[in-house]
Amino acid sequence: MQKDYKGIANISGPLMLVENVEGVKFGELAEIKLTDGTIRNGEVLEVQGNKALVQVFEGTTGIDAQNTKTRFLGRGIEMYLSEDILGKIFTGLGKPRSENDRIIPEKKMDISGAPINPFARDYPNEFIQTGISAIDGLNTLVRGQKLPIFSGSGLPHNKLAAQIARQSTVLGKEEDFAVVFVAMGITFEESQFFIEDFRSTGALSRSVLVLNLADDPAIERIATPRVGLTCAEYLAFEKDTHVLVILTDMTNYCEALREVSAARKEIPGRRGYPGYLYTDLASIYERAGKIKNKNGSITLIPILSMPEDDKTHPIPDLTGYITEGQIILSRSLNKKKVSPPIDALPSLSRLKDKGIGEGKTREDHADLFNQLYAAYARGKEVQELAVILGEAALTDIDKIYYKFAEEFESRYISQDEYENRSIEETLDLGWELLSIFPKDRLKRVRDEYLEKYFSKFKKEEDQ
Amino acid sequence: MNDNKTGKIEKVAGPLVVANNMSGARMYDVVHVSDKRLMGEVIELKGDLASIQVYEETGGIGVGEPVYTTGESLTVELGPGLMEAIYDGTQRPLDTLYEKAGDFITRGLRVTALDREKKWKFEATAEQGDAVHTGDFLGYVEETPLIKHFIMVPEGIQGTIKSIKSGEFTIEKTIAVVETDNGDKDLTMMQKWPVRKPRPFCKKLAPREPLYTGQRVIDTFFPIAKGGTACVPGPFGSGKTVIQHQLAKWAHAEVIVYIGCGERGNEMTDVLLEFPELIDPTTGQPLMKRTVLIANTSNMPVAAREASVYTGITIAEYFRDMGYSVALMADSTSRWAEAMREMSGRLEEMPGEEGYPAYLGSRIASFYERAGRVSCLSEKKDRVGALSVIGAVSPPGGDLSDPVVQATLRVVKVFWSLESNLAYSRHFPAISWLNSYSLYTDNLKEHIEEKVGEDFLNLQTESMRILEEESELEEVVRLVGIDALSASDRLTLLIARLLREDFLHQNAFHDVDTSTPISKQYKMLKTIHYFNQQAKDYLNRGADINDIENMDILDKIARMRYVKEEDQIEQIQNDIDSEISSLTGE
Repeated sequence: MQKDYKGIANISGPLMLVENVEGVKFGELAEIKLTDGTIRNGEVLEVQGNKALVQVFEGTTGIDAQNTKTRFLGRGIEMYLSEDILGKIFTGLGKPRSENDRIIPEKKMDISGAPINPFARDYPNEFIQTGISAIDGLNTLVRGQKLPIFSGSGLPHNKLAAQIARQSTVLGKEEDFAVVFVAMGITFEESQFFIEDFRSTGALSRSVLVLNLADDPAIERIATPRVGLTCAEYLAFEKDTHVLVILTDMTNYCEALREVSAARKEIPGRRGYPGYLYTDLASIYERAGKIKNKNGSITLIPILSMPEDDKTHPIPDLTGYITEGQIILSRSLNKKKVSPPIDALPSLSRLKDKGIGEGKTREDHADLFNQLYAAYARGKEVQELAVILGEAALTDIDKIYYKFAEEFESRYISQDEYENRSIEETLDLGWELLSIFPKDRLKRVRDEYLEKYFSKFKKEEDQ
Repeated sequence: MNDNKTGKIEKVAGPLVVANNMSGARMYDVVHVSDKRLMGEVIELKGDLASIQVYEETGGIGVGEPVYTTGESLTVELGPGLMEAIYDGTQRPLDTLYEKAGDFITRGLRVTALDREKKWKFEATAEQGDAVHTGDFLGYVEETPLIKHFIMVPEGIQGTIKSIKSGEFTIEKTIAVVETDNGDKDLTMMQKWPVRKPRPFCKKLAPREPLYTGQRVIDTFFPIAKGGTACVPGPFGSGKTVIQHQLAKWAHAEVIVYIGCGERGNEMTDVLLEFPELIDPTTGQPLMKRTVLIANTSNMPVAAREASVYTGITIAEYFRDMGYSVALMADSTSRWAEAMREMSGRLEEMPGEEGYPAYLGSRIASFYERAGRVSCLSEKKDRVGALSVIGAVSPPGGDLSDPVVQATLRVVKVFWSLESNLAYSRHFPAISWLNSYSLYTDNLKEHIEEKVGEDFLNLQTESMRILEEESELEEVVRLVGIDALSASDRLTLLIARLLREDFLHQNAFHDVDTSTPISKQYKMLKTIHYFNQQAKDYLNRGADINDIENMDILDKIARMRYVKEEDQIEQIQNDIDSEISSLTGE
């Protein structure tokens, strides 16, 4: 028998303290019944003696201290699931957003999930072709990876994420594929952009949408990514589906976390974010992956906007330490009309080495991208030099590097939003751009590949 | 375990549980929380209140539930079966958990660290009637083709062997009986050791020998000694983990303990899948046969992260005591420090810098101090073991003023500084040659000069001078352009480029380049310097620097690192001579 506790001892910010409770458990879900009959949800953050500290997801506005009733449900937040969740829209707490979104559940799962045993993991090594050269060629995405997009306000990260969702395929395979789209505190317009994009490509019926928009309660955002990932785990590990999860915008999530931490008067870490931000983010990101003997997988693309484009801000910084690489968008490239403005030098996919090469992409891929990177890095240095000295002062070889860097940005990184390049096209384009160099400059490539590919493109140019 | 005393939970806040009625419990005693039997450790005592850090998720735990004391501190089991294992932070074998509980780690699972059923073939080397002391060998088990697992007399036992037998035993079976002053003691192949207490040794020795790693920038410029300590700080994406993996693969140590502390799950999977495939060039056996893995990934409970480094180093010390050279990699110690910070915050302790507890520095120092080259504990004192510790540090934003980096730098002797600029230009390993240092060069001098080459250290100093000069010259080039430089300065730049691109840069994913024996490193360095010498002479004879910059031989020098046969490298010196003489001939 569940008891209703009447009255609240203390309310501050998103937190309330309920006294004289019995048998309340840490992490338990609470139902708060306001005097006007509306029901809110909360989670127990701390129990001490006969007191329970509850964080209220919908905010504490309108809660009065005398007559509000609290009931502890003896379980965590659970998500009701069946295959029918595809094509449905849920709130940030995992409730159906409208009557049409109701489902007949097959099972329920606690949204906090459990850590995957590292021994049970299967190493992600299946190449996903996104059709975007800057990703396929340089920052290869593989199934089961978590690869965030570090962006800033005003940069086209949404377009890039939508393009990835639209074009991603694994070569030579027809398998069940689904998208879980999780919105945390983004505007209606932004979320509508994704929904329209999914609708126009027919992907909507293969998508689960979990929406907490800018005008929805901020504290609810703490639960939102977990709801989405629980759906993804269900689809991936119980229904053998390959799931792409897009989380946007993680910065809003972290701010909600900071709000709760501040209300608890915890000792803050950097920039007021709680000391456990790393652990908390890891409990979200690490849910991506592949499991041995299971056909499904979870590939995770969190999007976060870096405050002031600062990569050392705690949110991108800690994210970068957990995720397997990052794709960084650059404001200066965006100004130069390079689109997508992917900054190739600091971007990185840690899992690319296992996803490329013979049988996956092409034998020359690894050497080729090392060479492209090195040449582009040198080219950028030369460009800086040219700003000081003038282009005329450059040596002959530096002039080639200068030209290469420009071509690389305008032809390799830049591509249309709807242009879907095959991996062959991407790799050949790389060779074509490198063909302006004399052969002995290409030290990062093995002789046999130089022989096979470089000469092919070099000759064409000479003819 | 004796569960006599019970307390009651008073407070639950994340991984911290406070229980009352706990008088009699000692600091760092292991307790079991609630009837779910979650393992925890006492970290603070106030009156009869005990604060407990719980190694598992505490969701669903409430006030009033029981806490059982065990009267034991956190221990690890040491004995045959450690090799090739993968453990979590409290030494639960993850493969057994997988069999028992499936893909996800659930709570309250109790499994023993070492297999109780498996029989090992014990070969006795001590005999009946022998007088034995702590640390003396009783015999051994061929645990893997690479590791002879010696069975030692546990601490505190001294006496005469009453009986001992070879044969097939499980680890709990008595293999020997020792008659001591306090009566007969039955000895098994397994012993237990509390993780927070360093294992004893006879005495510490100064490091003498380098720990070769096959990584050119490390072995040649910033070597670590067997029994030494090193740290690798760097921002994300600068290749800390790749370096740690490379060291685990190619370091010339007999035993490797790899602690994945608060890092990615996929990285541990990578090790698990890759190491059994990799063959150790010297023994022809898979590298996994000498490796123990400890995995507390970032989404596993934070308190167990704190324990994981101690679990790892205790296992490493145990193999050191057998006289092995052990290398321990901890990736990353920042996560360990953050776990301390989180517990400290929940205990409401007064914070030091950046919210880290005031005892951060002393904890880090005492961890690294467990490394060293020691004369192992035994009656004859005839064994020398070494434990080298290499810790990765992940400072926020790559900022080296971070308290964890600073506290680490105060104790370690080798500093490999990773820089994002190098990583962006895909110069890997991204170890900065200008900022890194090794304080072992004096200790190792004798050994290197004798075993590698008389002039090796000169070559090394000369290379470093060229690289430093390069960084100065680059400033000049940036201001006035390369044409303003003299021919000899341009030659310096060329040589520096060869050193950077063809020597320091190393491709971890290339079959040959991934690991370079020290003898080959010596030859490569010598060739570059030979070229420098010849080019200088040639320049003095009035040659054009442009001709030198365009010599064909540069291509050969660039490909030295991919060449397996070392005599081919020696050959290059002749090629340098012949190309220069053909140039002058024209």
